[in-house]
Amino acid sequence: MSARAHWWAMAVAIATPTCAFASPPSGAASCLGCHAAAGAESPVVPLSSLTAEQIQSAMQAFRSGTRASTVMDRIAKGFTDEEVRAIAQWYARDRAK
Amino acid sequence: MKKFEPSRSGMRVTGQSSRRQLLGGIAAAGVYAALGAPAVWAARKPKPKVIVIGGGFAGASCARLIRNEDRGIDVTLLEPNATYIACPLSNAVIAGLRDLSVQQFGYRSLRAQGIDVLHRRATAVETEKRTVTLDDGRQLAYDRLVVAPGVDLRFDAIPGYTEAAVEAMPHAWKAGEQTLLLRRQLEAMNDGGVVVMSAPANPFRCPPGPYERASLIAHYLKTRKPRSKLILLDAKDQFSKQKLFQAAWQELYPGLIEWVPLSGGGQVVRVEPATRTFVTEFDTHKADVANVIPPQRASAIAAIAGVADQTGWCSVDPVTFESKLRPGVHVLGDAIIAGGMPKSAFAANSQARVCAIAVVDLLRDRAPTSPKLINTCYSLVAPDYGISIAGVYQPANGLLTDVQGAGGVSPLDAPRSVRQQEAAFAEAWFKTITSSVFG
Repeated sequence: MSARAHWWAMAVAIATPTCAFASPPSGAASCLGCHAAAGAESPVVPLSSLTAEQIQSAMQAFRSGTRASTVMDRIAKGFTDEEVRAIAQWYARDRAK
Repeated sequence: MKKFEPSRSGMRVTGQSSRRQLLGGIAAAGVYAALGAPAVWAARKPKPKVIVIGGGFAGASCARLIRNEDRGIDVTLLEPNATYIACPLSNAVIAGLRDLSVQQFGYRSLRAQGIDVLHRRATAVETEKRTVTLDDGRQLAYDRLVVAPGVDLRFDAIPGYTEAAVEAMPHAWKAGEQTLLLRRQLEAMNDGGVVVMSAPANPFRCPPGPYERASLIAHYLKTRKPRSKLILLDAKDQFSKQKLFQAAWQELYPGLIEWVPLSGGGQVVRVEPATRTFVTEFDTHKADVANVIPPQRASAIAAIAGVADQTGWCSVDPVTFESKLRPGVHVLGDAIIAGGMPKSAFAANSQARVCAIAVVDLLRDRAPTSPKLINTCYSLVAPDYGISIAGVYQPANGLLTDVQGAGGVSPLDAPRSVRQQEAAFAEAWFKTITSSVFG
């Protein structure tokens, strides 16, 4: 994780102490169309089993084409770095619970 | 993940909602009523009420997510049927590859969430007074109404294709008895028979659906009745995932499927149910098994509520899914024209997730944030051969617009291993989405 990303993660953690009540960031809700709830048996990985960094690096790799995929390459291209970061933090926060 | 899971502890209820809950509890206990203080109660802002019409991928999901988001909101779900029969993958039921029972879902878990599920039909909506009338005469009040009724098949669009024709020429475009009827007719057909299908012009529910159906029926014919053929009469010249379907047809079912586009005379101008005949501009096709997928419109309640326009469909705000015609009414799923978003179960569910948050925000006097939505839609060309289309959408100029550079279909040159993987993902998607909505 870059220093900037660290700073961002900290800022999120500090700025959203009540994030349990906040709305999911833009785009996050749609992920659950395919990604099952934690623990469910599925070939699609549950997001709550991944760290924020894992989600971010996977999305970057899907977008650049360095990681093979079926649909995620097409979906990842629709999200900016900032959006991916927010979504990753959101699901990582669920994981921390 | 927890965000969208049932939260019995109510930990995520805000202070305001806790107060609402407390007041609700007191009112329920009849203390205020006994003291004769309903006026005081009313002045203290009662629990907000949301009514959702339609218990499918959009409506049931939206009801559930509103309830999960804020337990201080009363949610009533109106759905005439006690059992929901899912359309995605029902083409595999027609082709004998799948049981209808795995398409069926109940509302028990929604009730367990505290949602008041009423198996009633809404017969009237008064958007000024914010009430919904049920088929038993009851009138329910709402603060926000969500209309997710799906589509009605139009029996006024193709001459001869009336409601009385659906036995001889099933549509099977609403999963259930019609799905099984078409399957039985295929099973009863002699080898060497001709299956004729017709597909409507855009827009309609599940754009790749007719072509998936043609593929899976072709699979059935190839494996069980190899001297038979399938003619697909189309009111369009292009269709979803077209190149992928056509390449797969060539590869898997050479000579079996004849697709007749609009420009080739594919538009059906009349049907004759007694002889299962399709009449096109230049030709007639007599079928041994006939499947008419007729034009559609938003289900009747949308027009009754005043949210459908002259096209028969509903226009909505792309941030909140609130009707452009009736404030306080949100419309979701197949009933809406959602800019670039197709009428798919995935899209309906994505919309429901966004709308649920927006409805709660609006009831809490917060401004909804601009969303981004995804659609992913798998089609089976054979049991182990899947293809997909995906898209990412965001509000622009009052519409949900494709995010440039994102989305698209499976690669045309993908190896069979990828097709197999996508077929597995289709099944996985179905399990995940149905368990998130109904499980």
